[in-house]
Amino acid sequence: MNRFAELLDRLAYEPGRNNKLRLITGYFREVGDPDRGYALAALTGALSFKHAKPALIRDLIASRTDEVLFGLSYDYVGDLSETVALMWPKRVVYDNQSLLGHPSPPPSPARGEGAQRGAAQQTRFKTDSSLASDGRTSPTVPSPLAGEGQGGGHSGRDPNESIHPSNHNNPPPPTLTEVVTTLRTLGKTELPKQLERWLDELDETGRWALLKLVTGALRIGISARLAKTAAAALGDKDPHEVELIWPGLIPPYLDLFAWLEGRADKPVNRDPAPFRPVMLAHAIEDADFAALDPADYIAEWKWDGIRVQAVAGRDERGHVTARLYSRTGEDITGSFPDLVPSLRLPGAIDGELLILREGRVQSFNVLQQRLNRKVVSPKLIKEFPIHLRAYDLLGDDENDLRELPFAERRERLESFIKKLDDPRIDLSPTVPFASWEALTAARADPASAGAGEDADAVEGVMLKRRDAPYLPGRPKGQWWKWKRDPHIIDAVLMYAQRGHGKRSSYYSDYTFGVWTAGEGGDELVPVGKAYFGFTDEELLQIDRFVRRNTTEKFGPVRHVVHEGDKGLVLEVAFEGLQRSPRHKSGVAMRFPRISRLRWDKPPKEADRLETLERMLKAEAAEIEV
Amino acid sequence: MTRSDGNAAYIAGMRPQDILLPAAAGLCCKPGGFHIDPVRPVERAVITHGHSDHARAGHGAVLATQETLDMMRLRYGENFAGSTQAIRYGEEIRLGDVRVKFHPAGHVLGSAQIAVTCKETCIVASGDYKDASDPTCTPFELVPCDVFITEATFGLPVFRHGDAADEVRKLLASVALFPERAHLVGAYSLGKAQRVIKLLRQAGYDAPIYLHGAMETITHYYQSRGIELGELRPVKGVKKAALAGTITLAPPSATSDLWTRRFPDPVTAFASGWMRVRARARQRGVELPLVISDHADWDGLTATIGATGAGEIWVTHGQEDALVHWCRSKGLKAQPLDLVGYGDEEESETPVQGEAEA
Ligand SMILES: [Zn+2]
Repeated sequence: MNRFAELLDRLAYEPGRNNKLRLITGYFREVGDPDRGYALAALTGALSFKHAKPALIRDLIASRTDEVLFGLSYDYVGDLSETVALMWPKRVVYDNQSLLGHPSPPPSPARGEGAQRGAAQQTRFKTDSSLASDGRTSPTVPSPLAGEGQGGGHSGRDPNESIHPSNHNNPPPPTLTEVVTTLRTLGKTELPKQLERWLDELDETGRWALLKLVTGALRIGISARLAKTAAAALGDKDPHEVELIWPGLIPPYLDLFAWLEGRADKPVNRDPAPFRPVMLAHAIEDADFAALDPADYIAEWKWDGIRVQAVAGRDERGHVTARLYSRTGEDITGSFPDLVPSLRLPGAIDGELLILREGRVQSFNVLQQRLNRKVVSPKLIKEFPIHLRAYDLLGDDENDLRELPFAERRERLESFIKKLDDPRIDLSPTVPFASWEALTAARADPASAGAGEDADAVEGVMLKRRDAPYLPGRPKGQWWKWKRDPHIIDAVLMYAQRGHGKRSSYYSDYTFGVWTAGEGGDELVPVGKAYFGFTDEELLQIDRFVRRNTTEKFGPVRHVVHEGDKGLVLEVAFEGLQRSPRHKSGVAMRFPRISRLRWDKPPKEADRLETLERMLKAEAAEIEV
Repeated sequence: MTRSDGNAAYIAGMRPQDILLPAAAGLCCKPGGFHIDPVRPVERAVITHGHSDHARAGHGAVLATQETLDMMRLRYGENFAGSTQAIRYGEEIRLGDVRVKFHPAGHVLGSAQIAVTCKETCIVASGDYKDASDPTCTPFELVPCDVFITEATFGLPVFRHGDAADEVRKLLASVALFPERAHLVGAYSLGKAQRVIKLLRQAGYDAPIYLHGAMETITHYYQSRGIELGELRPVKGVKKAALAGTITLAPPSATSDLWTRRFPDPVTAFASGWMRVRARARQRGVELPLVISDHADWDGLTATIGATGAGEIWVTHGQEDALVHWCRSKGLKAQPLDLVGYGDEEESETPVQGEAEA
């Protein structure tokens, strides 16, 4: 557990994707079965057990420490698991080695004068047996181990350990396997005692990881995909190969590691409804069109929804199992139970999840009400009816269609949807066009080019080569996305913060604002943050500007001059707008990025909050049903 | 119950506040006619150690260990004080009506606790101290006293610094895992940097270690005092590619600035007790936090306080509240001392001359 905790700790600080991979692969190489398998399960979210409530953790720490000291510590650290992990005191062991009120062992020879004085001190001190540091034994005697590590100095803290290091009775810390397998079977009433034992046995980082794990708060910025890629690297395999067999694997993945290390054959995926790694599109640039022949491509609308893979298959007994996966392979079936009955025909559909009301596609803001919900209530299902708009077919019953050209898959898809004949699943229409000019016109006005009333949910067009097989990843020249132009505003740079990793020496995170009427005239109110969209050269320019125009510093944040005639105007592009009580401005942007630096524009000519509020009104009406 | 009954021990002597009292310039000893670690120029200063928040220039006469005097000279130049007097550990001298004795504080090279005795009452001003092992300075010595003045930089129970050797092993494991990257270790240039280098050597790392320009003078001083640090090289002028797989020590302020662009995909490490708390490490953009502190941790503070046998504890610079609370809960008389001008040296370190171009 301590070694796994060390990995988590390191991953939490490492910003680079490749470096994260190296750390995880290094761990898999170094740690044996079954611990590494459970680690992979933890990183991919494949572990399941009942989580402990924070109240339980609070009770545990309250039984061990002073309330005031805990309060001050929690205020300082700001995170319950971390506070408890750091301040968890060792258990007081009262045995005949305990120094409380007992004659002292001879003073340390290692400390000369200081040590002798420490021993002399004994007579003055021994009557006060309450002087122990929070559950530790009395710190009164110099340790013969002076010089061993930090804190092993004169004071003989923890005398039971340091004076007789060989005969302490601490059991070894638990392995990750022990923790995971115990948690699976442990009754609720046994949990506190078990946690306490583990907390006694683990080091600080180990306790932190344990508490994060048992409270279900293990968020360390690692995707399941990344963890699987790291596993694949152990055997120099393509991560897609791991993805393909993944749904059939269970922790601790002994068969997977055996294959990766060349000790066994590849595990067979017996999952009736497996995930297939998705094919992604490149963003098209104006210059790309010259090299493309319209006749080679089929165009579809690009919907502003959630890309999903809806898979149904028959198990050994002939029963149909249906699953819904996100584009990264995460199983999200549980969030959309209302779609499952519609997935009756064995096959694998690639499509877009949307909300349809009275046959009309709603905006992404509406769909968002159904995302990240712990409980899917009947009310939610009724008010936000889910819909699947299909645009590709990867499998038809037992047949894998991915090798077929897109045009052929499209035909199969059309007949599959027809056969399915379900109101919740329909076909994403193609957009007929003869020239790029014609497609440009359609993209500019989807409503009159076939999208009709759904036009608001169209965020551009997709171009797919007729002869393209379904390839995992983002292959060159096969699929293109041609987004509608984003919303654009001119905002003023207000604060800048250092980036992370490679960017830690640059001010690369920007908070920008727009004008609004304040008490003393117009003032800027922050409306968003962006940390990409600019070129490397622009980053250098902004960084230089920030350094030369800082008005105040707060830790890593710099206030940058922002007045009517002094400051930097940023052209900010974004995809949508939402009302947000958490922001002072009352609005939050979706996917904001810096699209241009407007050195030419004085800040007073930047946009006003009213502009954003108008855009918001147009979108918000749809959410409130 | 009146407050005076706890002072039975002092009846033969004086009230402690008659001996030492916080004043605007720092801790003032009236009967001895001096200040301890004054933050403003005074006539006579007694100085615990060479960190710039404790050892300032411009005093009339300065009493300190030879190392502390040398460090002040290196930082401020020859004329940093009107006159100086060096004192050894264990040496006692009389100043006015008091006796002053220096004892090792284990904080950095030359650091001292100052025991001030007047009649039968002994007060120990411990300055900054640590009870943990440090191969670059004399170990902390426990001094029995009536009043113990303690720092509280890490005066919260969440601060428990483990074995520094383990942290250095973590650094070396990272160097082994990322041989194509440079490792940049932020460390305060007086004390911490030399300790980290020495720990690296003790862990068997024998490759040259690179130094930021601001580290060189003080590190060479440590070497001149007989502390073996192996081969050290200035990082200035070294080609980027040649820094792959190497370790460079730099002041904390340099590790998050333009200066780092000369390194290949640097891993930024930071050696500090603050690294115990994740939010602090993240706030600084540290990728490899190393919990190595030159101050006592919570267990060290509480253990030391208990072991001095002092019945009264004065708590200064840091998290006074928690430590005062702890003392009181153990039946000790305790109060925060409002001394301004002392901080955590890592937080207050300002760029040193030569750093920008180093
Ligand atoms: Zn210091």
